This record gives sequence, structure tokens and C-alpha cells, in this order.
Amino acid sequence: MEKTYNNKAWFFVLPVLVLVLFSAAIPLMTVVNYSVQDTFGNNEFFWAGTDWFDEILNSARFWEALQRNLLFSFIILALEIPLGIFIALNMPKKGIGVPVCLVLMALPLLIPWNVVGTIWQVFGRVDIGLLGRTLAVLGIDYNYVRNPLDAWITVIVMDVWHWTSLVVLLCYAGLVSIPDAYYQAAKIDGASRWSVFRYIQLPKMKRVLLIAVLLRFMDSFMIYTEPFVVTGGGPGNSTTFLSIDLVKMAVGQFDLGPAAAMSIVYFLIILLLSWIFYTVMTSSDAES
Amino acid sequence: MARITLDHIRHAYGPNPVSDSDYALREVHHEWKDGGAYALLGPSGCGKTTLLNIISGLLQPSHGRILFDGRDVTDLSTQARNIAQVFQFPVIYDTMTVYDNLAFPLRNRGVDEADVDRRVRDMLQIIDLADWAKRKARGLTADQKQKISLGRGLVRNDVNAILFDEPLTVIDPHMKWVLRSQLKRLHKQFGFTMVYVTHDQTEALTFADKVVVMYEGQIVQIGTPAELFETPRHTFVGYFIGSPGMNVIPARLDGSSVTLGSQRLDLASAPTAAEGDRIELGIRPEFIRLGREGMPVTIRRIEDIGRRKIVRADFEGQPIAIVADEDAEIPAEAHVRFEPQGINIYANSWRIGGEA
Repeated sequence: MEKTYNNKAWFFVLPVLVLVLFSAAIPLMTVVNYSVQDTFGNNEFFWAGTDWFDEILNSARFWEALQRNLLFSFIILALEIPLGIFIALNMPKKGIGVPVCLVLMALPLLIPWNVVGTIWQVFGRVDIGLLGRTLAVLGIDYNYVRNPLDAWITVIVMDVWHWTSLVVLLCYAGLVSIPDAYYQAAKIDGASRWSVFRYIQLPKMKRVLLIAVLLRFMDSFMIYTEPFVVTGGGPGNSTTFLSIDLVKMAVGQFDLGPAAAMSIVYFLIILLLSWIFYTVMTSSDAES
Repeated sequence: MARITLDHIRHAYGPNPVSDSDYALREVHHEWKDGGAYALLGPSGCGKTTLLNIISGLLQPSHGRILFDGRDVTDLSTQARNIAQVFQFPVIYDTMTVYDNLAFPLRNRGVDEADVDRRVRDMLQIIDLADWAKRKARGLTADQKQKISLGRGLVRNDVNAILFDEPLTVIDPHMKWVLRSQLKRLHKQFGFTMVYVTHDQTEALTFADKVVVMYEGQIVQIGTPAELFETPRHTFVGYFIGSPGMNVIPARLDGSSVTLGSQRLDLASAPTAAEGDRIELGIRPEFIRLGREGMPVTIRRIEDIGRRKIVRADFEGQPIAIVADEDAEIPAEAHVRFEPQGINIYANSWRIGGEA
């Protein structure tokens, strides 16, 4: 068939290009703009070159926050992915249980971040919170305002409660797409429960798991609202993640230059890590 | 390898079956001999897959027992029954190599690795995939995948039976012939009891020693392809097998003669039918001769299908099909004669007699 070449086609993608330009490209460029200049207000700008980047990359504050982020994301993935798979495997495949489970699973996802934060902030309070009070009565010393470990546990449990459902729903979608014949064949081949998981369910869930891991990684790496509401980055700096630090710097201290430089570094880190995840998880597809 | 006994098997998917129509499978009571090749043939929803799943143990029958070599296996799991099954869509373990796919059922059963290796290598030769052993199974074509499914069954050389559930559905037409002949060769070589579900009559007839025709949850006839063609026990078999199917003409039975509209035919013997039975005469298009003499017909249409012609005609107000040779002359004032050996008489759709 003869292909027709027609440059009018560009007009069809024009709206999207304009939208992306305004929503992403231009804001990003203003950040780049700030990152290489110094300003004292009054719209006065001085060329700063790579000074802000040097400052950020040489500050202990940045590296500590980055370490916290990496640790947090690692813990989140290590908890939510296996837990999500486990729950998805045990969800009913047919009957009245399906819609009930799906709705229950979707509930946490519908709650706004800051509300989740507030819920847990109150829930965990030692004076009036159900959790905090109960633990205190049981004699367990739990106080997320004073104890860094307790603050971390609170933030992590909160994130697991909020987002494991996403992993569950994605895995469940992967699982229900497996035809019965696979399970029947596995029975005939005498496969164990583990083999069925390892050789049928896991490979079939791989694609959705890739999406789940990427989404959960990116989201957890950008964590802001919940720790901001619950701990405000404390106690001390123990839950000050990159995003919280960034906001402190930009809005609190009004250091626009360093904040912009940090944003770009932050963005590049997420980009790099996402690319690594993606490459690693899709590499086994490429070999066949 | 085993003899399969189906002892009064009935199955309903619903919880409280009352009437016959609640049963996906009505009373099946047969014995299939060791090493036989049986094809289960019937339209969609006739219960053939239900029967297959009952044999494989994926389904528990509501009533009846199933025996392998006289041993009751009704309550045994699929795995314990030691059967193999090939499904409509090829089931392979994507992430494993071809070799590991074939080794999987053996390893699951704790066969020692030296033995696994020997048997898998043999099987790779048999299914012509030796060059692919180290490849991931994912990238293979549908027919190669289906061969792996088959190989996974055959590699356990002690299976009681191999069940096929429309295994060639997703295979390209030209590969169907190749696979089918390979399968036939394997069956001769290994002598396994084979049950093959299909809705394709060519597949069933070329494949099996015995064809089991199913209709509305029951087995209507078990026979060789020739038996099914010449003496269909039920009018359904008559028109399901053969192309075009058997002509079934309403008739009146009077001792040893039948009346078709205004025509009268004499039979060699007198079939016995009860009062009020619906009597029909069945004759295959191949057994009707066109000519200048006999009973008058009105020709409606002639379809030339190459070596033969199919003549569509009206006979006593009934549409019938007639098969004529390619160069046969079609007279203007057409008449037909029924060859006596092709005549079957049916009462309420079941065969009660005929000339053959």
C-alpha cells in the first residue's frame, strides 16, 4: 500500500505539544533558569553558573536527605510489593467476594494524601489517638514526636496502608488474566503450589509488577505530604526527605537558586533510578 | 496405558439437577479399550469437554464412577490419575527453556536427573525440537508450543491416557496436517490410550479408530468412520457427519413399506416402531441416483464443488441434497432412485432399521 505523506498531520498533535509545553517544558525551564542565577528579589538576577549545584552536591544536608529517601523507598518496595502479591494471590477469583474485596482495596487509594496524614497523625497521638493511647496503656513506649524510630515506623506503616492496595489491584488484574488451562496443566504436571507461583503466576504478573514497582518507587521517592503532616520532618531531621528539605529551602528560606538546583538533581536521580529499574526488569524479555 | 471404564456417569453443573436438561452430561456408560484412539465429536455445548474433564479428574462427576484398568479413580486427583492433557491453547511455561518445560513434570515427580536428561532428550527428538532445547519457550510458534504441551505428556512414559481438547484450533491449516500425522505416528509407536475432543469431523474421522458422537449431553453413537457414515444410529449423526449431511424425510411406516408423500418404497424387512412414533427415512446424498426413472424431483440449484456436484432439489415438498459426479447428466425431467443399502429408518430420531 502506498503511504501518503502529509505534513498536516502535525496539526493533530499540536494541542498536545502546546499542553506539554505549558505544563512541563516551560516550568522546567524556569527552574533551570533559577538554578544558574542568583536573585535578591526585585527581579534582579545575577549569573551564578554552577555555584548552586556545587553547593548542593557538597552539602551534608542534601546527602543525608537523599540517603533517607533511598532507605525509605527501599523499605516501601520491600514491604508493599511482596505484601501486595500475597494479598492478590489470596483474593477470591469469583463470586460476591470479588466486588467486596475490590472496593475495600480501592478505599485507601481514594483518600487524599493530607487526609491520610491527618488520620495517622491523630491515630498515633499518645494523648488522644487510638493507636498511641492503646500502645501507651499496653506499656509500649511509642511516641512519633520524640523518637525517630517511631516516626519512621509511623510513616512507613502509613504508606503501606495507603498504597499496598495499588500493588494488589495491579497484581490481581494480572492474575485474573491467566486462563484456567494453565492451572489445569500445572495440576497434571504435578506442580507444587510454589512452582505454580514461580512459573505461571509470577511470569504473567511481571508486566504489571514492573508498573507497580515503578509507580511505587517514584511515588515513595517523592514522598512529601504524609511526613510533612505527621512529623513535619522531625524529630530533628530524621524524617526530612528531599522534598521536605526542598520546600523548606524554597519557601521557608526563600533560597530559590539552591532550591532550583536541588530540584534538577532530584529530578535526574528519579529519572536515572526509574530507567535502571525499567532496564533491569525488561532485560529478560530482550534475550528471546 | 489403561482401559477406561465410564460407569454410569452423569454430571450437572448446577446444584440440584432434576430433569435431563439440567445435566451437561446425561448417562454415559462405556468402556474404552487400552491403546485405542477415540475422538469425541459433537457441536459446542454437547458435553464433550465436560466428559474429558471428568476423565482427567479436573471435574468430579455428580454420579457414577470412572475406572482405569478396573481400578476406581473417581476420587483421585488429576495428578494421581497419571494422565496427560493437551489443551486448546498451548500451555507452556514461558520463562523456562524448551528443555526445562519437558523436564518439569518429571522433576515434579522426583525423577533423578540422569533419567530426566535421557527422557527429555528422547522426547526432543520425537517432537522434532532438538535444535530448540536451549531456547526460551516463549518465542516459539503455536504449533511448536503445542508440541511441547504434547511432549510434556509423553515424557512421562507411564501415563494412563492422553487427552486432547481441540488441540489444533490455533494451529495454521497447513501445520494441522503435519501435526496430525505426527500424532498418529506417535500413537502407533507408543500405543497410549488417546481421547481426542473436536468439533471438526475431518479431524475426528482421520484420527480415531472409534469416533464417539455426542449430542445434547449424551453419546449417540460410537463407531468406526464407516459405521457412522453408513448406518448412523441417530439422525443427528446422519447430518453432523458427511458433507452435505444425510437427508431426513418424514415418512409413514406400514409393515415393510414406507410412504414418502405420494411415493412408496418397499423394504426388505419390516422395522418395528411403536404407535405414534415420529418416523423418518434417512438417506445420504451419496446414495441417491439421479436419472430419467424413479421418483420425480424438482431441481432448485446445482453447486459445483470440483470433482462432484451437489444438486439441491425438492422431493415431495422436502428439500434434499443429491451428490452427482462432475460429468453426470442432469435430465430436465429429473427422477431419483434411492439405493437400498443407503436407506435407514428412524423412529423419534433413533434408527430402527434399514436395508444395510
